[in-house]
Amino acid sequence: MPHLILRVTTKMFFAPILLFALYVQFHGDYGPGGGFQAGVIFAVAFILHALCFGLEETKKALPQRALTIAMALGVMFYAGTGLATMLLGGNFLGYDALAPHSTHHEGQHYGILLVEFGVGLAVASTMLTVFYHFAGREPEIDPEDW
Amino acid sequence: MIDLAFIAERYNYWIFIVLMMIGVYIVISRGNLVKKIVGLNIFQTSVFIYYISIGKVAGGTAPILPAAYESGHEGKGARASAAHGESAPAPGAASGESLHAAPQSAPEALPANDLASAVAQTPQGAGPSGEAGLHAAPGEAANPLLAPPDGAGDAASALGEAAHKAAEIVYSNPLPHVLILTAIVVGVATTAVGLALAVRIREAYGTIEEDELEAADDIAEFGAAFGEKAEGARA
Amino acid sequence: MNLMAQLPVLPVVIPFVAGALALLLPKGRAPWAWATFVSWLSFLASALLLREVAATGPVSYHLGDWPPPWGIEYRIDLANAIVLALVSGIAAAVAPFAYESVRAEIDERQSPYFYAAFLICVSGLLGVTATGDAFNIFVFLEISSLSTYALVAMGGRQDRRALTAAFTYLVMGTLGATFFVIGVGLLYHATGTLNLADLHLKLAGQHNRVVEAGFAFILVGIGLKLAMFPMHLWLPNAYAYAPSAVSAFLAATATKVAVYVLVRFFYSVFGLDFAFLGDALTYVLLPLGVAGMFVASLIAVFQHDVKRMLAYSSVGQIGYMLLGLSFGTREGLAAALIHLVNHGLMKGALFLAVACVVYRLGDHRCAAFSGLARRMPVTTWAFVLSGLSLIGVPGTVGFVSKWYLLEASFAAGHAWAAFMIVASSLIAVLYVGRVVELMLLREPPEQGPLSEPVKEAPLSMLIPMWALVAANLYFGLRTEFTAGFAEQAAAALMTVSGGR
Repeated sequence: MPHLILRVTTKMFFAPILLFALYVQFHGDYGPGGGFQAGVIFAVAFILHALCFGLEETKKALPQRALTIAMALGVMFYAGTGLATMLLGGNFLGYDALAPHSTHHEGQHYGILLVEFGVGLAVASTMLTVFYHFAGREPEIDPEDW
Repeated sequence: MIDLAFIAERYNYWIFIVLMMIGVYIVISRGNLVKKIVGLNIFQTSVFIYYISIGKVAGGTAPILPAAYESGHEGKGARASAAHGESAPAPGAASGESLHAAPQSAPEALPANDLASAVAQTPQGAGPSGEAGLHAAPGEAANPLLAPPDGAGDAASALGEAAHKAAEIVYSNPLPHVLILTAIVVGVATTAVGLALAVRIREAYGTIEEDELEAADDIAEFGAAFGEKAEGARA
Repeated sequence: MNLMAQLPVLPVVIPFVAGALALLLPKGRAPWAWATFVSWLSFLASALLLREVAATGPVSYHLGDWPPPWGIEYRIDLANAIVLALVSGIAAAVAPFAYESVRAEIDERQSPYFYAAFLICVSGLLGVTATGDAFNIFVFLEISSLSTYALVAMGGRQDRRALTAAFTYLVMGTLGATFFVIGVGLLYHATGTLNLADLHLKLAGQHNRVVEAGFAFILVGIGLKLAMFPMHLWLPNAYAYAPSAVSAFLAATATKVAVYVLVRFFYSVFGLDFAFLGDALTYVLLPLGVAGMFVASLIAVFQHDVKRMLAYSSVGQIGYMLLGLSFGTREGLAAALIHLVNHGLMKGALFLAVACVVYRLGDHRCAAFSGLARRMPVTTWAFVLSGLSLIGVPGTVGFVSKWYLLEASFAAGHAWAAFMIVASSLIAVLYVGRVVELMLLREPPEQGPLSEPVKEAPLSMLIPMWALVAANLYFGLRTEFTAGFAEQAAAALMTVSGGR
């Protein structure tokens, strides 16, 4: 089996990278971090996997169709939070509407967590989509993948 | 007489301008599509550097929301305004002079933190604006620190120095960073789309050199004879 | 939820969310139906907004409940309410049209992606128009531009030149947007605010190099985006090789929104007190506008491709708007705004007519138009009527905008400009007349691939096209909507900017 050391190392690193991505994601509420950075880190784990095990293996674990759905879901989490606040009587992305009776603006925390989660999802899946298509180098991007 | 110090202390603008020119030059002069994208990225990066460097404001402070706003967002506004009283100037609103001083040495995080606590202890009414409050702070805060008797002399003078340094505090305005994070996301997306287009062009034409692309289009439109003529003219 | 209170943000948010959803729909009819429904909703919201603004004055909407100048404010006055209605209206006409046209020109399996990009593009353009925050303008500008690059590149299946056109557009568009960001950065540097209304207050009396440099960067950046002559080089190929429905949508909206941004910065942010603006108007916009009117129109006369011809004509027509702006008077501004809307209507109709021809004959070169009156009479007459509107024949919107432009140039004391407008309209007679002559007087080609008998375009294409043609005629006769609103908008902008 070629590249044994690389592959074993990758396997060891894979989960901690994902964990770190989640840390950056949820720490973004209080300090440096947030959806974009976390999304990129999340995607990096899979890119590392693809580099060491081949694109086909990674695509088996995380098919393009799932990424497309995640991309749309991410945007909808973001915009959906905005729509939810509108439905609850606030302005677009007026997070206070999410917890109207809170004394310490709980809604702001819920809102930013939801929005950043959406951003993270969208960024991670977009980054991987870009990587899949560049790395795949099919003669023409198969429209079926979109 | 050229004022070298004047030029040197604005080095961040020079970096910005030089990078910007390099970037635009590459975009215009290179025929290779990928090199154009590289140039575009250098150009955009220069703008990021510009924005980030203007985020450092000497004597600035966090934008404090006026009292009327607290009813809406007291969790964010109240703490800050309790410390500083009336509304302070927005960070970027500091005049041109203080902005130009921005590139000068930025204090480390430590004295800045010290100052924050010192300001918190400062009695109200030190000045009408937050900026004046900041300048007034070190003196008052330093006195009790200098008060401890001998033995702690070194530490006290170090602290005093820190307090003095804090008088020239350089405030990091987060807003340009946020703007630039957004611009970076946009830049990454643009690069991805550009590279994807370059890949498609390579698949469709077999080249990503601008001259060859134009020649291929001319041949397709006007026939091979025109293409040969164009080739000949170039040679 | 109080729907009316949320109105300013709805035209932007609805297509944005819907664009993401369209990605998930199965290929085939569903994404198209969804896009059509959503663009109608968006048009409805814009129309209601226009009615409300016309009745009660400017509306301000605070995103996330953060008040300006800290938060992002959506500020709708008459000027952008008109542009919002134009953009969403064109989208509402192009979306139903697109089904047949896109099915013929783009791989059907790509259709969810196409309609997603279309909706995101609509959302971006509406966002640029609605927002009252300088940096937000950049973000939406790039959202719309990125989706536009993708849409133009989808023409690559028909003609590979669409790919290079999209690439050139990407490079020029990104340069323009980045110049714009530099300008916004300089203004932020000088004032510490990004809110447009607040910028105006803080810029008052500032006449330093920083502000002047910021102004210049914004002018060049937006100039690239609106294809101001001679920064128009990306436009002809991008419009010529994009899928036909995309050409129609872009030609009618994208550059118009950029013109609106220029108006907004000139009159709402800098104001006529800013001496540098007056110089820029007289020594940059006026000559470039006139040069564009003539050079681009002349190039249009010699094009062999009708789409390219119309694209060059667009560059020329933008010259009219810049000319109107450059007078720096209320009449000139009103004329520019009127022409902005009217040109959107006539170019939209013309490009849709070309799209019908492409749908049946698969070609947009002049040869395909030969003898078209006998083969596709309904399309031909739509083209002829909107072509007359482009020239400025009485009874059409083109005449209304030319009339106001002429009046403005006399009022500003530039009688020679009036002569220029008439002279360049005569060039328009040449290039439109050339195609009309082909269609009405020539015989259809007797051999070759274009000689096969063709039917008229399907109804789903004819109805939206004729809706736009009807708008050309209706607003040509009843001017209180376009001209009335535009004059009010210009008067309001002038009050802010300190002009007369």
